[in-house]
Amino acid sequence: MALFLIRRLLLLIPVFLAVSLVIFMIVRFVPGDPIDNLLQIGSTEEQKTAMIAAYGLDRALPVQYTIWLGKMLQGDLGEAIILRQPVSTLIAQNLPHSLILGSLALAFSTLVGIATGALAASFKDGWLDRLVMTLILLGSTLPSFWLGLLMILLFAVQLGWFPVSGARSWSALVLPVLTIGIGGVALVARVTRAAMIEIARKDFVTMLHAKGVPPLQIQLGHVLRHALLPVVTILSLRIGWVLGGAVTIEYVFARPGLGSLLITSLNQRDYPVVQGCLLMLAIAVILGTLIGDIVQAAMDPRLRETLR
Amino acid sequence: MALLDLSDVTVSIGALTPLDRIAFSIEAGEIIGVVGESGSGKSLTAMAVMGLLPLIGGRITSGAVRFADVELNRLPERDYRALRGRRIALISQNPMTSLDPIRRVGEQIDQVSMMHLGLGTEQARLRSVDMMRQLRIPEADVVHGNYPHQLSGGMKQRIVIAMALAADPELIVADEPTTALDVTIQAQIIQIMVEMARRKNVALMLITHDMGVVAQACDRVVVLYAGRVAETGSVERIFAAPRHPYTKSLIGCIPVEGLPPGGLKGIDGVVPGVANYPTGCRFHPRCSLAQDRCKIEAPLLRALDEGAAACHLAGDPP
Repeated sequence: MALFLIRRLLLLIPVFLAVSLVIFMIVRFVPGDPIDNLLQIGSTEEQKTAMIAAYGLDRALPVQYTIWLGKMLQGDLGEAIILRQPVSTLIAQNLPHSLILGSLALAFSTLVGIATGALAASFKDGWLDRLVMTLILLGSTLPSFWLGLLMILLFAVQLGWFPVSGARSWSALVLPVLTIGIGGVALVARVTRAAMIEIARKDFVTMLHAKGVPPLQIQLGHVLRHALLPVVTILSLRIGWVLGGAVTIEYVFARPGLGSLLITSLNQRDYPVVQGCLLMLAIAVILGTLIGDIVQAAMDPRLRETLR
Repeated sequence: MALLDLSDVTVSIGALTPLDRIAFSIEAGEIIGVVGESGSGKSLTAMAVMGLLPLIGGRITSGAVRFADVELNRLPERDYRALRGRRIALISQNPMTSLDPIRRVGEQIDQVSMMHLGLGTEQARLRSVDMMRQLRIPEADVVHGNYPHQLSGGMKQRIVIAMALAADPELIVADEPTTALDVTIQAQIIQIMVEMARRKNVALMLITHDMGVVAQACDRVVVLYAGRVAETGSVERIFAAPRHPYTKSLIGCIPVEGLPPGGLKGIDGVVPGVANYPTGCRFHPRCSLAQDRCKIEAPLLRALDEGAAACHLAGDPP
């Protein structure tokens, strides 16, 4: 297990380098540049050249990349061109908001998703199962930004239970968490249900019945435990998505966060900020899959065997 | 008083009736072989005895399964569950898939004695390891902590047998316990099962399609064909004087010494599917002795001097 961890961590280094290169290139292939956003109207060509030189944007791309990478490895993500602050400060200000929103949404979709999926599987083809499956279909097809707007209309404007937008109080988290979480609930519930139904048909489950184990104990102690393996995969892939994919929701609810920061700086072509944000998201995805693999290995002895 | 008695048990799955008036009984400590080709209803009979038909959408529509004077098919599910694993245990067909792959095998044996006998974790472990030793599992205390994928097929089947024996049952239903194993260890597993059944005076319902196994291990035989009982009787009588042509053909399928190459007889044709059972005697399309009567009139299971047979021609001993 320890060897597996070390190997997985070492493997992260080339992945990280490749990701950083892709991020660096993509940002620069987008038409437009930050200088256009900075220059005052009527500036001369000389002023522009001077400014480009000041930010080091006149050097060859490989050189620029090496400088960025070198600084980044020392923990320096550079200075925002437009916002004129260190990128790390900007990220430090915004990341906590995204982390709280993301982890709450993930926790919500995990708990509610597994519970509804398990319920639906236990009452397969009954009215409860049909109801859950219909809700799941609705939940997974509704676009989340639209769902967010509906929620604002109902719960914030009409009923006045929660604030419309912002991130000042804990109650402001409820609607965004629900909005992001519901899509996740649908996904997790569907995977849980499908996996449980498939596993309930296996021979060893028949054997458990033959041993006289009560059905509820079979469902929760054996079948659900197996069904969690694919659920863990889904969830680990979703960690990065929730952190960055909440962009539209952060916009709808006018919340600060990594997604909002990314969109703003992308519009202004603020290279260092965009690179910094994308890198954070990439790291989140990489760590998410790593955590998923570790959790799966902890749950499945067959997997542990192949990892040695 | 028989330990297990099936009287005219008919099983339906949806509109189909795969088991038709199955009748036989098992005495305490007796080893009985239930034989027939694939599709003759052997496994369904096992499921009916275990009360697990609902799992596959089936139910007993008429007849009764009596176990030690309790009518099982009228028993509330709760009480039936208390019997399962405790007084009636199952050894399943495929040891490769009958163990939970993410739990230690020992834990899965312990589960039975903890649940049914109320043992604590440590007592259950000691009991399981002792049982594993009796089943000649080497390094039983190490194997107790292994996962199924770390064991060979033969070892896994021993674990399943240990699971079945864990709560000292009175009846074990073994559904083709060696079909999924290598030929080299099949005999070993059968031998261990029979030995344990004899030693602990457990009745064994041994489902197999191998007449050779029956000849070695069993006291009595039930021959099933296409969801009906074809013949029952003691092993000696069945092998010496089979009354049903199907039984005769099954015995003809056992390889014997001195057989010329190509001399082994099979049975032409296959067991019909449950949706298109023939009229009359269900064996008549494959029977070399079939007469017109066999095509129309289904033969009843009639008692003979020893056992019973369902054949119009079984009246006169050959």
